[in-house]
Formats: sequence, C-alpha cells, structure tokens
Amino acid sequence: MIQRDWLSKTLAGVVLGLIIALECSALYARTALDVPPPIRMQLTMWVVMPVWLSILSGCYLFKNGRRAWLWLVAASVVLLGGVFAVGMV
Amino acid sequence: MRVSSEVVRVYKVVHTWTGILSGMALFIAFYAGALTIFKEPLSRWATPPDPAAVHAPQVALAEAQTLINRTLTGYPETARGFQLNLSHEDAATERLEWNKRPEGTDEHDLFAVQRFVATLDSGGAVEVREANHSGLPLFIDVLHRVVGLPVDDDATRLFMGVVAGLYFLALVSGLIVLLPSLVKDLFALRVGPNLKRMWLDAHNVVGLGSLPFHLVIALTAAVFAFHDVIYMAQNQLVHEGKLGAALGGGPAEGEPRDPTEMLPPEQLVAKVTALAPDFEPTSLEYLQVTSPRASVRVWGQDAQAVHARTPGGFAIVDPYSGRILTTEYLPGHQSVAGEVLATLFGVHFATYGGMSIKWLYFLLGLLGAWLFYSGNLLWIETRRKKAKQHLAGGALPTQRRTTTWMAAITVGICLGAVCGISAMIASTKWLHGHVADPNEWYSLVYYAVFFAALGWSCVRGGPRAAVELLRLAAVLTVAIPFTTVLAAAFPGLGLWYHQAPVALGVDAVALLMALVFAWIARATARRVYGGGPEDSVWTASAPRPLPWFETPVDATSVPVGNEASGS
Repeated sequence: MIQRDWLSKTLAGVVLGLIIALECSALYARTALDVPPPIRMQLTMWVVMPVWLSILSGCYLFKNGRRAWLWLVAASVVLLGGVFAVGMV
Repeated sequence: MRVSSEVVRVYKVVHTWTGILSGMALFIAFYAGALTIFKEPLSRWATPPDPAAVHAPQVALAEAQTLINRTLTGYPETARGFQLNLSHEDAATERLEWNKRPEGTDEHDLFAVQRFVATLDSGGAVEVREANHSGLPLFIDVLHRVVGLPVDDDATRLFMGVVAGLYFLALVSGLIVLLPSLVKDLFALRVGPNLKRMWLDAHNVVGLGSLPFHLVIALTAAVFAFHDVIYMAQNQLVHEGKLGAALGGGPAEGEPRDPTEMLPPEQLVAKVTALAPDFEPTSLEYLQVTSPRASVRVWGQDAQAVHARTPGGFAIVDPYSGRILTTEYLPGHQSVAGEVLATLFGVHFATYGGMSIKWLYFLLGLLGAWLFYSGNLLWIETRRKKAKQHLAGGALPTQRRTTTWMAAITVGICLGAVCGISAMIASTKWLHGHVADPNEWYSLVYYAVFFAALGWSCVRGGPRAAVELLRLAAVLTVAIPFTTVLAAAFPGLGLWYHQAPVALGVDAVALLMALVFAWIARATARRVYGGGPEDSVWTASAPRPLPWFETPVDATSVPVGNEASGS
C-alpha cells in the first residue's frame, strides 16, 4: 500500500533531490577533467535540472514519506562521500 | 507494461494537479514560443522601411577595414563590441552595426537597447544613424520566456522555472498513468458518441506522440530559468569561486592594442574557411578590440550541424595575428562535450535541420498549446455532475462553481492570449508614426485585449465566450494580412509592406491561422448552441461564473429528459 504523504514526499524530492543533483554535478565537474573548463562548467550546470526533476518525479513511488527521506538522505550521504573521494585522488 | 494500479492512482493525482497548475501558463508559453521560431520573418514584417537605408551607399567588403577604423575613431564606445555583416544584399542589414544600452537601464531590459548602423558617405566619412528595429518579436519572446507575465526579471524567471518543473512532473506522471493501457490505447482515437473518451484519446495521442519534444522543452526551459541561480550555487559549492575566470571574465593583462593594426575582415574569414570549408560565415563580432583580450567571433552556419543559437556557431579569432583561438563553438570542430552542449541549446531553439525542423517545431508548439487546453477541458469534464435520467422532470444538476470558473478562466486566458498576440501584431503598422514609443504600445495592446478577453469570459461564461473569442481571434488574425493588402492598395494610408518573401510568408500564415480559428469557432458554436448535452458545462444555458450576470431562464424552456451520453 502506497501512502500518499504528499507534503513529506514532495519536500524530500525538492530538498534532497536538489542536494543529490548538486552532488552529481560536482562529481561530473571533478571527473570530466579532459573537457575544456568553460564547456565543463556549463555542462556541470546542465547536470542539475535533469537529476533534480527525475528524483522529484520518482519520489512518489516510495511507500511513504519517511522512506523517501531515509533513502534520499542515504543516497546524498553516499554521493557526498564519492565527491570527497574523487577530490582526494 | 506492468505498473501497479496503486502507482497509477498516485500519479493520476500528480498529473492532474501539476497539469492544472501549469497548464494555462504553458499554453501562453507554447503559443508565443511557436511564433518565436519565426522571429526573423516577424521582425522583417514589423520593421518600417528606412528611407535612409535606400540612399545609403553600400560599403564594399574590401573597404570594411576603413569603415571599422573610422567608426572606432569617431565612436570610441564601439571598441566594446560591434558586428560586421558579410552579406550586404538585403536592405535590412547594414555593413556595420552595434548595440548601445542607455545609462541606467536594467541589463535584462532588452527593449532599452538601441541599434546603430554605420556606413561611409561618398566623401569617405562615417555616417551613423539609429536603425529601425521592431520590438515586436522581442515582446513575443518575453511572453514566451516568462509565460505571459509583463516583465522578464529574476522573479518572473523563477516563476517560469517552477512552471517548467511542474510541466516535467506532469509529463512523467502522464506517461506513468498511460503505461498500463499503452498497448490498448496507443494511438487509438475513438471517435464516437463518448466525447470525453475522444478528447482523452486525442490528448493521449498528441501527448505521447510529441513526448520527446515535450521532455526536451521542459528540461531545457527549467535549465534556462534556474541557470543563474545554479551557477551561483555551484560557484560556491563546486568551483571554489573560479567560475567567472573560467568563463572568460578575468582581468586583462598586457598592453592596449591599436585597432588600425587589425587584419582586414576578409583575411580573418579566410583563416576560418581554410579550416572549415563547409562553414558559411555570415558576420564577424568584434569584442574588446583595443584590449589585450581582443577577439573576433566569426559567426556562420553549417548545413550539417546542430547550432546552439539562431545565428549559428562561431570560431574565435585573434584579429591582430589571425590565429584561431578556439574552435570549441565551431560546428564540426567541437569536442564531444562541446557538441553535447550545443545540442542542448539547439534542441530548444530548433536551430538544426534547417527549415523543415523549424516548421515541425512550429506545429509541435501549437499542438502543445492545444494539449494544455484539452487537459483543462478534461479536468472540467471529469468533475462534471451528470444529469440522471430517472430524476423526475429531468432536473439538471447544479454544476460545481469550480468547474464553471475553470471553464471561464481557461477560455479567457488561452483565447485572450491568442487574441492579444494577433491584435498586437496587426496594430504595429497602424500605430507606427502615431505613437512615440511603439515598444510600450505592444504591451498596452496585448494586455488590454488579454484582460478584456478574460473579463469577458468571466461575465459571459466559458461556453459563450469560447465562441465569441474564437471569432474575435479569427478577425484579429485576418487583420494582419488585411493590413498588408490595404498598404499595397492605398499607399496614401501611410502603412507599409515588404515584398520580401519572408514578410509575405507572415501574412500567408496569419491568413491560414485565421481560417483555422474561424473553423474552430464554428464547431464550438455548434456544440454550445445546439446538440450538446444539456448537463454539460459547454452549453449556452450552463450557469455563469458570476451569478449576477445570469439571465433568468424560463423553466419550461429547459428540455426534459437529457441523455448523459455526452460525458
């Protein structure tokens, strides 16, 4: 049974979706080093919206609002680790 | 495809509410956006002929360097940037031109920009005049970019971003809702007595058929709207504040340059065409010519390539050495990442594949507008209370106020925008010479017609207003070619017309669209004034949103025993 939880799911999609999208863009910026900087920085900007909006449109699939928050927080923590790990190399 | 019915139920709610919240704004954005595909023809159509341009001597390309040097001496502000046009045959383009923003105007206020053109007179002296250029296509573009709001500033752009986000959600949720019955419903258009089924099928066919186009437009529009904000956030979080420097805004180091030492434009063009033989240069954009960072963008088109912008792509050349600084924006000579970037812009602006793609985008844009209009109609229809045949005397149920209002507002906003845009285009030639600032009048005419239509729709109710506003749209749209005919027949009127095919094409398309509006008006009238089910919100006898405008209905004249089949 999927609970509606409109408010908490939407908030999770908007807030955590944005955080995850920014983390994905940072991952791109730190890995695509062979791309010339002006192009890379523009593409880094382009990464954000597709990721953010995909998470926002997918987050109503979670069983309830609490699960949406848990999974998305977990994903953003893992990605943040990834961003730092790439930065170290 | 297996999607649980529970998921479908959840996403139906998402689709309904994101759609209803963004639908009307998107209607305006798509209708105006379809027109902006043909910005140049519209601009040509609306720009008054310049008597000075006819007499101005043509500057040969070989003399262009002299023109550049003398303009830079006489008008030092042009050192910041100017454009040299390579093709000079069309009376609408001069050899050298530049834009100037008067002091104290906002950087986003494109209407404030003045355009100047320079030529050489017979004695070889520079002759500068302010060029006529119509703000009409720009106004339509602003309507498109900020979904019909009057100004293009940070707040309206963020509003547009939210609308684009809702639009993306509506697309994804609409697809999820459709998935389980995809095979059954795919391109099924059940024409028949069940009108709602037919409209829903048509909505699904158009929506699914143009889904790739819509996904691309939704994503790119959201990026364009949030672009500044994302850059700002990433500059802090990702780029450690180095964004400005990387995008070319860093301080200039070195000695100032003497522009008379620049290579002549023909040589700069030759350097680029030697590298890219398929590239057809159209203009040279000179930037910061006296600074150590002097550069020239050689703009042009490549028939095989996807361009990021309407003028095409460019190579950046050092005007002093002729060295090519970068080909990262030159079609066919970009890195893969650069090509991806150009494509992201190109798929929004229809700057690939030539004329056929432009027409396809025009049609998809108009179909998109219809998609949102039909979405609202379906929302209303779903909430309609049906008459029950077994009720004694066939009493009609009282429709909810919300559906009555939604019908009136949908009709008022969508058709108001259509009428407003046509009125604005048709008024250009009539207002010219009679008003001081035509750009101000564009918005006056547009918003006057738009709000009048919206008010009219609330007073008359959706069904009647739909017929009346569609007829008005047909009249206002046919006024566009009619003005041209008048201008040709009676030159004494002070109107003008251009014989250039692109300008006459505007008249032809307007005539065609007027015929389409007239046809839809006829079909709607047939539904509203007869034949349609009496319990529909789309009949002339349906209640109006504002009760005090209600005409008293003679109870005995209401037909008895309505069928509910029109649902």
